[in-house]
Amino acid sequence: MADVVLVDAGGTNIGSVRYALLRLGAEAELTADPERIRAASHVILPGVGAAPPGMARLREANLVQVLRGLAQPVLGVCLGMQLLCESSDEGDTLCLGVVPGRARRFTATPGLRIPHMGWTTLQPTQPHPLLRGIGEDAWTYFVHSFALPAGEHTLATSTHGEPFSAVIGRGNFFGMQFHPERSARTGARLLANFLDL
Amino acid sequence: MPARRIIPCLDVRDGQVVKGVRFRDHAVVGGIVELALRYRDEGADELVFYDITASPEGRRVDRDWVERVARVIDIPFCVAGGIRSVEGAREVLHAGADKISVNSPALERPDLIDELATAFGVQCVVVGVDSLRDDDGTWRVRQYTGDPSKTQALARTTLAWVAEACDRGAGEIVLNCMGSDGVRQGYDIEQLQAVREVCPVPLVASGGAGTPSHFIDAFTHADVDAALAASVFHAGTIAIDDLKDQLRRAGVEIRA
Repeated sequence: MADVVLVDAGGTNIGSVRYALLRLGAEAELTADPERIRAASHVILPGVGAAPPGMARLREANLVQVLRGLAQPVLGVCLGMQLLCESSDEGDTLCLGVVPGRARRFTATPGLRIPHMGWTTLQPTQPHPLLRGIGEDAWTYFVHSFALPAGEHTLATSTHGEPFSAVIGRGNFFGMQFHPERSARTGARLLANFLDL
Repeated sequence: MPARRIIPCLDVRDGQVVKGVRFRDHAVVGGIVELALRYRDEGADELVFYDITASPEGRRVDRDWVERVARVIDIPFCVAGGIRSVEGAREVLHAGADKISVNSPALERPDLIDELATAFGVQCVVVGVDSLRDDDGTWRVRQYTGDPSKTQALARTTLAWVAEACDRGAGEIVLNCMGSDGVRQGYDIEQLQAVREVCPVPLVASGGAGTPSHFIDAFTHADVDAALAASVFHAGTIAIDDLKDQLRRAGVEIRA
């Protein structure tokens, strides 16, 4: 069984990720303790809200270097995924930089609602164990105004006006822009796949 | 564009789901967690829980059931009722809700919308708008609609309030057309179209669903992002899986 921890630097919505893991039989500890995080088999960085306070909380908790130095599988969810990138348009924020790229605000376009809120399908762009069992009709639930453009480390895209990175992976660092904890069967499968890495 | 969403609304009072006609005479329709699971299984895309008595009586949402719902539900859900501060919102979000919805407290103090958006991001912040057409033909906002004896008609026009709420940081608008609520004669397409014009964020239609064709009309004629209903789902008049089949056949993109 995976020894998974949820990085709790004081953001919101930690609970629903923890419950989703419980439904998979994994008891995740909420922690901001560097030693506990380093010792875990899997680390999840959740996050709801804005990038500047998100990074500020990680700095205040002295977790920036800790997270950058992890070698076990790490999953950033929603804002947590954007925090893995180099930077974000949101408040022109420097992020952890473990995955190249900058989160960009969706371009305001007539008929395109921002935030991107709702269920959208994933289009896998390269095979990866994280995407095992995920077909082209896999619906996931998104709520976000910023997104990482598709690039070399994109494992799956979704489209809102234009394609963007829905799942990313570089080495041991992974990110999901949607909320797997709120994406019904598809989300449960993706979280289970992560715990199997 | 994401798929159009079907959202059962569960009006909560004293830990039970209730439903009234035209906001009156509420009757108990079932337990919160049981109904939430039933709608999830039928294919609901999201759930909204309104504590309909919270605002008038100054009560707060009871966090106990929010956490119970968050434990078992794997689709997003929003909690409304009695949230009048950043701290109150934080409690509900920490209990596991994905979004919080404010209505009367935002009318009392519109800065609340800005504060919530700053604290949690616009994606968490839903503004509910109860609207009724007045005798002069203008749609205006109603406040404290959870209790008919306390409901107030405001001078604010619905269109101006929706535009202001979006400017202040609403990430989604739920427009409850009170004139059509509970009577199952269809959503107020004219009003939804007018609000759509001034609403750049996702718009949820509420009030009036009676048949699957009413949902098709709201999506195809008013371009709403989601349609909310309560009584037709609680009474079993419309099954969500059947509704989604009909929407798909009508060319509306729906989550499988």
